[in-house]
Amino acid sequence: AEAVELRARLRAVRHTVLVLSGKGGVGKSTFSALLAHGLAADETKQVALLDIDICGPSIPKIMGLEGEQVHQSGSGWSPVYVEENLGVMSVGFLLSSPDDAVIWRGPKKNGLIKQFLRDVDWGEVDYLIVDTPPGTSDEHLSIVQYLSATRIDGAVIVTTPQEVSLQDVRKEINFCRKVKLPIIGVVENMSGFVCPKCKNESQIFPPTTGGAEKMCQNLSVSLLGKVPLDPQIGKSCDRGQSFLAEAPESPATLSYRNIIQRIQEYCEQHHLQEEKIM
Amino acid sequence: SPAERANLAGVRHIVLVLSGKGGVGKSTLSTELALALWHAGKRVGILDVDLCGPSIPRMLRVQDSAVHQCDSGWVPVFVGQDKAIALMSIGFLLERPDDAVVWRGPKKNALIKQFVSDVAWGELDFLIVDTPPGTSDEHISTVEALRPHQLLGAVLVTTPQ
Repeated sequence: AEAVELRARLRAVRHTVLVLSGKGGVGKSTFSALLAHGLAADETKQVALLDIDICGPSIPKIMGLEGEQVHQSGSGWSPVYVEENLGVMSVGFLLSSPDDAVIWRGPKKNGLIKQFLRDVDWGEVDYLIVDTPPGTSDEHLSIVQYLSATRIDGAVIVTTPQEVSLQDVRKEINFCRKVKLPIIGVVENMSGFVCPKCKNESQIFPPTTGGAEKMCQNLSVSLLGKVPLDPQIGKSCDRGQSFLAEAPESPATLSYRNIIQRIQEYCEQHHLQEEKIM
Repeated sequence: SPAERANLAGVRHIVLVLSGKGGVGKSTLSTELALALWHAGKRVGILDVDLCGPSIPRMLRVQDSAVHQCDSGWVPVFVGQDKAIALMSIGFLLERPDDAVVWRGPKKNALIKQFVSDVAWGELDFLIVDTPPGTSDEHISTVEALRPHQLLGAVLVTTPQ
């Protein structure tokens, strides 16, 4: 009965993309937010951003929605809208204070994730983007399980160039394979830094074992792109503004836009293939 | 239980390294803290309770080591020829380094309890406990398991943003 409920709720979702990493702090939430903004730039598309990082929900701040509350209506929980066509849901909106720690064990986290999928009135959605916490645990198992009621187009896996990140990301790739989650591709964040003053390039996080490029080659996954470090990214996130809008000329913006386009193409192509089969 | 207490009985101080956030440098700091204390002449151990993303073995270049059993439990991996630092991590229990540990909370809790009570640490001045990001199963279980012991306190790591 539960599965039927979920399926009904998610029926109007055309594409679902999970943003994953084994590693923390590599830019999943940043990327999820920018992917959402990028897709919502097309006003004909309805975009939903679901933050299932229960312990460390970053999306409200990054989207400039801190302090917002969730409203209930007859048709369920209402997402918080950044734009008319961009709705957001996060545990962050359910806390009475932003510093409240959500100290929950797995089963309680799973319960909330199920509620997010079952009780939020997303309406018709072209793209559902799901931001996840680091790791391969309850949240990840649950989201894959609950979203089996709809179709997940695939996962975008975020990393940084250094081996300490890659070793966790390889585990995440294996997790995806284990649960039969298609991998759209890998994004390498913090990939080099170009000084705005002297224009010299530095490798702040040197790819001592070949970076995401080598890993993708070895594991036969797609490298969607590399995004350089830009101090403006962190600032925009802290201020809840879209980095793409604030720094349109940044090389990082160009990288992000290319990656977003590739993800869009992947999703559209999948859709066409499925329609052909049907 | 007496057995549980025994394995940590020789540990003088336990320090937790925490952050809410991932990727801020907890494992890096845990490693550097351990090395600095060892250089200062202390006996040091590291307990890595990041079950999904164990970073410490690689940071100390012992990622290919295996864990052995003795009468009092698991023998930690000793780093370096002079056995400078004792280390326990799930990284040593994986068949392949890229194997994902896809466990729900209860299974993680069980292993953490074992790591706390079944590792024969011996005599240590400091046991540093490296944690994953968040405030969930690993953290609750680790604090609960360590509470009866000599828990000095927590160091919290962050970045500026």
